[in-house]
Amino acid sequence: MNKILTIIDKEWAEIFKNRLILYTMFLMPLLFTALPLVMLGAMGGQSAGDVTDMPPQFLQLCGELQGTECYQLFMSNQFLLLFMMLPLVIPATIAAYSIVGEKTTRCLEPLLATPISTVELLLGKGLAALIPGVAAGWGSFALFALGAWILVDSPALLARLLDGMWFIAIGVVGPLVALAGISVAIMVSSRVNDPRTAEQITMVLIIPLLGLFFAQIAGVVMVNAGLLWALAGALVLVDVGLVWLGARAFQRETILTKWK
Amino acid sequence: MIQTTNLTKVFGARTAVDALTLTVHEGEVFGFLGPNGAGKTTTVRMLTSLIAPTAGTARINGFEVGRDDTAIRRSVGILTETPGMYDQLSAQKNLTLFARLYEVGDVPGQVEKYLRLLGLWERRNDAVGSFSKGMKQKLAICRALLHEPAVVFLDEPTSGLDPEAARLVREFVAEIKAQGRTIFLCTHNLDEADRLCDRVGVMQQRLLTVDTPTALRRQLYGRKVVFHLREVGAGLPALLQSFPFVKEVEQVENKLLVGLDDPDAQNPVLVRALVQAGADVQFVGELRHSLEDVYLSLIQRGTTE
Repeated sequence: MNKILTIIDKEWAEIFKNRLILYTMFLMPLLFTALPLVMLGAMGGQSAGDVTDMPPQFLQLCGELQGTECYQLFMSNQFLLLFMMLPLVIPATIAAYSIVGEKTTRCLEPLLATPISTVELLLGKGLAALIPGVAAGWGSFALFALGAWILVDSPALLARLLDGMWFIAIGVVGPLVALAGISVAIMVSSRVNDPRTAEQITMVLIIPLLGLFFAQIAGVVMVNAGLLWALAGALVLVDVGLVWLGARAFQRETILTKWK
Repeated sequence: MIQTTNLTKVFGARTAVDALTLTVHEGEVFGFLGPNGAGKTTTVRMLTSLIAPTAGTARINGFEVGRDDTAIRRSVGILTETPGMYDQLSAQKNLTLFARLYEVGDVPGQVEKYLRLLGLWERRNDAVGSFSKGMKQKLAICRALLHEPAVVFLDEPTSGLDPEAARLVREFVAEIKAQGRTIFLCTHNLDEADRLCDRVGVMQQRLLTVDTPTALRRQLYGRKVVFHLREVGAGLPALLQSFPFVKEVEQVENKLLVGLDDPDAQNPVLVRALVQAGADVQFVGELRHSLEDVYLSLIQRGTTE
């Protein structure tokens, strides 16, 4: 455990000196938090308009919410998916730098020469990437909840904005997405020499989430608690496979002798 | 302390290390010489359990490579070819991290001890990225010793250093030798090997030879004594050649180079003979071939065989 904490300590000491990662860690969550709050604030007090423009399935989900409140709920729900992306973007950036970065700074050999096991090393690096990502997701949601509580007058809308679906998305799906991103970053980093390449390839994982985002806007899919649990279940299976593949891809000897 | 038997490493179709059989004794400084690509770093990586041998066995401190890898990593220190420090972190932070990974008992104490020993204590809070190459190398040596390993592997410790920094590193290697540690020194610097090593091994995929630098010189060139004369008279080479113990005589300007087995006993006899023959002997000395001559000769032989 001590070695895992040492790796986390080392990773964070380096992360907090890397401006690019810091910007990703702080600016993106702030942006994702500010946008829905600005939207909620701007729409408050506006006239209802024609709610029939929204996907019919969503109108059903609005339930007792009418007019502007239904619009506010609809728009806020689009950002739910962006909140889920945060735990993917941040760990992917950190993991890509922390693993390939060891190679570019030629620190990997002395590190592997210590009595640390591969599991300890990967756990340390994985947790060092996962914790800030999940913390950023949860922190952003906490800020959003606080902002919504201040900005929204309607108790019915506030209750819908902070209902269980958000907690499933941020608390369960987000960390599972992050774990998938880290596993992919580890796999990619055992094959490439450049942290940016590892980061970019890992970001491909965003595509399914973006697909979900646009599908919801288009009314093809309605994100609800049932869909999120199904997504979480699928992600557990995907994560088990990716963690296993990531650990297998991290071959000490191959990395030492083939990374040039 | 280090014992290998037919240790072999094959990468695809290329044999990097071929049946290396070697023993390095406790407290010895063993120089591992060889050209680039000779398999020196691969050998060190196998002996430090970083990579697995394809065949053969190796034991370090009684632990077997491939079976007791964690114990081996705990008991050896390694200075890799490039220092590989975390440039954004301070010298103290770098060493503290590695001390914790090596499970050192008194982390702050050991870190301070080695930073002071190598004259880096005053710069302990500076980012390693601001250090000179020599300072980084010294810091990497500190890292290799933090857990007080019995065996230390040094891969090109003075490579790329200016003469002053290189001398400091050599002096430090001599110090850790005096502490009784076993040192496995890979180097291209033959002068360094000559000065520091008790024995050297010359490697070119396979081990060409192992011996003390002095014995290697004798093995290849025998012992030669140079007689400096004011003038070499016509009959003098033949006179020396007439002694049964003289192996060969070669004249170079006003010098006679004489091959002998036991110069301590045989020199006085030859000096007496030369003086009696009317030669003015200015001085007598032993011809020393540099380790570089020996090394190049061995490598050339190894290539042609």
